[in-house]
Amino acid sequence: MNRILEKEFISDQVFRMRVEAPAIAAKRKAGQFIILRTSEDGERIPLTIADASAEEGWLELVVQVVGKTTKEMSMLEEGGSILDLAGPLGRPTHIEKVGTVVIVGGGVGIAPAHPIAQAMKNAGNSVISILGGRSRGLVIMEEQMKAASDRVMITTDDGSYGQKGLVTDAIQKLIDEGLKIDLVVAVGPPIMMKFVCLLTKKYEITTLVSLNTIMVDGTGMCGACRVTVDNKTKFVCVDGPEFDGHCVDFDEMMKRQRMYEVQEKESMDRFQS
Amino acid sequence: MEEKKLTPKERLQIPTQEMGEQDPKERIHNLKEVPFGYTPEQAKLEATRCLQCKTAPCVAGCPVEIDIPTFLNQICEGDFKGAAKTIKITNILPAICGRVCPQEEQCQLGCIVGKSLKTVDKAVQIGKLERFIADWEMEQGAADTPEIKAATGKRVAIVGSGPAGLTVAADVRREGHEVTVFEALHKPGGVLIYGIPEFRLPKAIVMTEVENLENMGVEMKYNMVIGNIHSLDELFEQGYDAIFVATGAGLPMFMRIEGENLNGVYSANEYLTRANLMKAYSFPETDTPIARSKNVAVFGGGNVAMDSARTALRLGAENVYLVYRRSRIEMPARVEEVHHADEEGVQFLLLQNPVRLIGDEDGWVKQMECIKMELGEPDDSGRRRPMPIKDSEFRVDIDTCIVAIGNSSNPLIPDSTPDLETNRWGNIIADDQTMKTSKKGVFAGGDIVLGAATVILAMGQGRLAAAAINEYLKNGEW
Repeated sequence: MNRILEKEFISDQVFRMRVEAPAIAAKRKAGQFIILRTSEDGERIPLTIADASAEEGWLELVVQVVGKTTKEMSMLEEGGSILDLAGPLGRPTHIEKVGTVVIVGGGVGIAPAHPIAQAMKNAGNSVISILGGRSRGLVIMEEQMKAASDRVMITTDDGSYGQKGLVTDAIQKLIDEGLKIDLVVAVGPPIMMKFVCLLTKKYEITTLVSLNTIMVDGTGMCGACRVTVDNKTKFVCVDGPEFDGHCVDFDEMMKRQRMYEVQEKESMDRFQS
Repeated sequence: MEEKKLTPKERLQIPTQEMGEQDPKERIHNLKEVPFGYTPEQAKLEATRCLQCKTAPCVAGCPVEIDIPTFLNQICEGDFKGAAKTIKITNILPAICGRVCPQEEQCQLGCIVGKSLKTVDKAVQIGKLERFIADWEMEQGAADTPEIKAATGKRVAIVGSGPAGLTVAADVRREGHEVTVFEALHKPGGVLIYGIPEFRLPKAIVMTEVENLENMGVEMKYNMVIGNIHSLDELFEQGYDAIFVATGAGLPMFMRIEGENLNGVYSANEYLTRANLMKAYSFPETDTPIARSKNVAVFGGGNVAMDSARTALRLGAENVYLVYRRSRIEMPARVEEVHHADEEGVQFLLLQNPVRLIGDEDGWVKQMECIKMELGEPDDSGRRRPMPIKDSEFRVDIDTCIVAIGNSSNPLIPDSTPDLETNRWGNIIADDQTMKTSKKGVFAGGDIVLGAATVILAMGQGRLAAAAINEYLKNGEW
């Protein structure tokens, strides 16, 4: 079960893993995620599905090494397997033809943005993808995104690749070009999504964001993933992971993401020593 | 045997047998079970207190109608094996029920011995005897696998492996049907594993019960979130003839007060799941973290609130406050649980209600503000309604808060099954005798039907459902 078919590092800290999971691959839709566990005493972490093939029965996950669990996962090799894998979880992205859709992927968030771009394109939308990263190595999946988009723009904070600047600069550029944008979908670090939403709100462009919060069960039972949307508490696992970005309290979300900062560091230090 | 010749009067003179317990000061530093259980001598003596009355109010009080007088008599005779057999005719999980059932409100409530001695505390200790027999059987090694009837070729899917699901699995399998249990988490047992703490229900017991089911030929499938990975209709397409939905309690409820999304604020479900299922008590040897708390507030007065408070103590908290808006006698928790929590040093803030949580600059909870309450006239539930006392607000420093005020229903199955009727709270509507739902071939039971209830009530619904499923598979009538 859950055999690892392929694994490779696509940048310093980011790896791609293809896992055999025919039932999930057959069922998953763009925007959905899985929860996995790699060892008997391991924690459950949510990861958005980056790609899948129903015919061949696999899922692809793109993961950035940020803590012990992702580090441990990065050490698994082809032929090995993922101990526990549950999904698909969350509500799928609402896909319809709206006209011009701008997909914004930041860093490892480009991975979950990929199936959304694919689905939006298949629905007949004109898709412009903006890929952003701190530096060249963090701009991933460029070829796949090109295949799923009519146009791809790249920004890096340090200017080592594409346009120097932030993804918001690229959105602003499109607006300045006079392009009528019907929908923005942003997936990436909360701070990026927050600033994308501040910009698009100014221009009244509907914006969806996909949130990747801390979770335990992922099925609505624990409430670890709660966020405030439109002044109401929502559970990312069953109400999301996508929400109207203009209604999300990103500041609260960013604080909640740091809930276990101290323990996470301790766990990682212990693992590495 | 000598005991048999005792007169009822003599039986009534035998003192109630108490189980030994770990000292409260010791036990808050470990996760081991609190009571030790009866010795065989104690068990025989306690069983001898039973008058073997003809009316047997104990049986009527038991949701699964265990033949209590018979198994008590078998204990008197030293026939522990026979007693185990008697219990297991109607209850496949005695080691669990003996520990977590509210016997004082069920089998022991109507007991003539208790009535004669004018207190339910002195009723025959049926629950403790049930536990004794189940533990004795486990100590003997593998339990006997019940007889399985000839294969019928029919297949039953059970969604959820908590107490309701496990009960149905056993009763349906015994009739010769093939049974698959789909569990969303990576371990079986539902609330028995993720919710009820080790010190109240050792996990090894639950795992043994599940192994017994597997030995009977029940297939367990983990990491299967039904509703998402397969809809109920897809399960029928895959060849299942009937489905039992027992997905349990759903989304945790919060107080809807200011500050509830601050860091350090948990639902009891999350706190207990981290501690129990994910073994956060062993962090960093295990990977799942949990708050390292000094001052913890628990909101609520039920068993889950007690479990949360007592878990927080064991995780090293210095002060654990349990905030409840009514008084101690109105608490829905079992008396034994309240007593244990009290002994262990949980501080009860009764007739007080949290009104808001106050955070620091980094978004961590640092204080709770409560208001004092007084009891007014009885409300719909028959309990006196708590009313806030004006201008009585006060603050307490806390760094962790656990909200244990219940659950609303889980939406995953109803959302993916449009023809499954639910009530206005989202609970699945099922007939109270057959557990049949509005959808042909689909039965439901446990907390997804009841709202938040107890292990034994879920099992009681499981027994009803299993009987109805077996009947349905025989004659096909809906």
